[in-house]
Amino acid sequence: MNPNEAVLVGAFEHPRRFAPDKTAFQLAAEAAAGALADAGLKPQDIDGYATSGVGPIGILSMCHQLDIRPNWLDSTSIGGSSFVAHVGTAAAAIAAGLCETVLITYAATAASEKFAVGTGGNDAGDPPDAFYAPYGPTIVGAYGMVAARHRHEFGTTPEQLAEIAVTMRRHAGLNPHARYREPITVEDVLKSRIVSSPLHLLDCCMISDGAGALVLTTRERARDLPKTPVTIRGSAVAVRHGGHGPRDLLDIAACQSGPKAFERAGLRPADVDLCMVYDSFTITVLATLEALGFCARGEGGAFVENGRIGLGGELPVNPDGGGLSSNHPGMRGIFLVIEAVKQLRGECGSRQVEGAKVALCHGTGGWLGITHSGATLLLGGEG
Amino acid sequence: MAPRTDEESRWFWEACARQEFVLQHCVACGVIRFHPRTLCPACLSAETAFVRASGRGEVYTFTVTWQNQSPAWRERLPYVLAWVQLEEGPLVLSNVVDCKPEAVCIGLKVEVVFEDAGEGLAVPRFKPFEGA
Repeated sequence: MNPNEAVLVGAFEHPRRFAPDKTAFQLAAEAAAGALADAGLKPQDIDGYATSGVGPIGILSMCHQLDIRPNWLDSTSIGGSSFVAHVGTAAAAIAAGLCETVLITYAATAASEKFAVGTGGNDAGDPPDAFYAPYGPTIVGAYGMVAARHRHEFGTTPEQLAEIAVTMRRHAGLNPHARYREPITVEDVLKSRIVSSPLHLLDCCMISDGAGALVLTTRERARDLPKTPVTIRGSAVAVRHGGHGPRDLLDIAACQSGPKAFERAGLRPADVDLCMVYDSFTITVLATLEALGFCARGEGGAFVENGRIGLGGELPVNPDGGGLSSNHPGMRGIFLVIEAVKQLRGECGSRQVEGAKVALCHGTGGWLGITHSGATLLLGGEG
Repeated sequence: MAPRTDEESRWFWEACARQEFVLQHCVACGVIRFHPRTLCPACLSAETAFVRASGRGEVYTFTVTWQNQSPAWRERLPYVLAWVQLEEGPLVLSNVVDCKPEAVCIGLKVEVVFEDAGEGLAVPRFKPFEGA
């Protein structure tokens, strides 16, 4: 066994969902403090750092804000999945001896800035975008086109998608920090206005403020730390785009990153006790569960019915309430990992997945249905 | 809405102004590609032929957009954003126009229409196919 094997030793999710009185850098620093306290470590212990969503070289400013001088940096920026990817690269860096203790932070104030994440303009200015911009794509529309295609090929119903939103809301009711906690019904989802067909308002995640942080170190170092370390079993990333023209829109990045991460972890979907899936929209959850192999392609609609993805079900998904009901500052990936760590430690109280040993996190970044990334991470169990 | 052009793509939008939807065809390996790129991504050859597409295809998937915060699009709501599968193979992102949004469905046969964008450029969109 590699003496430098990396483990997760600190996790902290900022409790605020709306913070107009704070900057994103301030929220990131508060989250870092929380994760270091959770890990039983000090700023001086950090010799590796990863972040994203802070501007092209914003990671340098974040180092200044935190007054850290790391030996290893990663600002991989592939959308909301970035932080899931960072855990994989940080673990590899630690295992390779490039650094010993890595801090990962994320913060954004999308809600207090009134930033139209899902329905704003889209032109990032790169040459391929020039062939999309004249047609008015929105993020919601990009995901909506995947939902429409899925419905066309497999008869997936609006009620099945709505079931996902209802389940996330039920979970949020058990999370004291969740933004929306009042129960909703399938009918509530279907009655909410269409933002971009076939997706209703309640098929869409919220826009909140928020921040989170993670700390990784070697298993050796973790022996002296207060919390039970969480094992990193396997990770992988993938990208999907328009290529040179022909395309299957349901062949999403998770179809590539999922099997690769399972292979690296020596695990199968049947081994997973808990799934943290980026739920930007209800269709994201359905398409991701299929792509990861929890059910066959086309069977996602039936799979999410009858409480299967709820607490107490066969495969609990997002017990924190997800981006649909807990928080979503724009790039939610870090919260997938934070909740997975807390679940595997058994710290989640009334929303605890009983006996959770293995957790899967999958982040989707960018625009499913146009250009997107996927990052899969398998945690826990003893390998 | 004028397209953003660059050295690698301007010719495409100029061809649209001549009512032509033009695809690149790699002379070395035969792959048809869209959007325009100087080098074939499959074999890296720069030897390129240009083929005029039929301009016909079908709706692969679509969404009726009811909310877009950018001012230029707000006044066009609701509008149809669609991936159109061209007869030649590539999927192109576009709009389905000249019909009610509720008339659009997956599999709908469509044909290209060119919207003048000024400066010798045009933007291809699609409308329901009315030909024989």
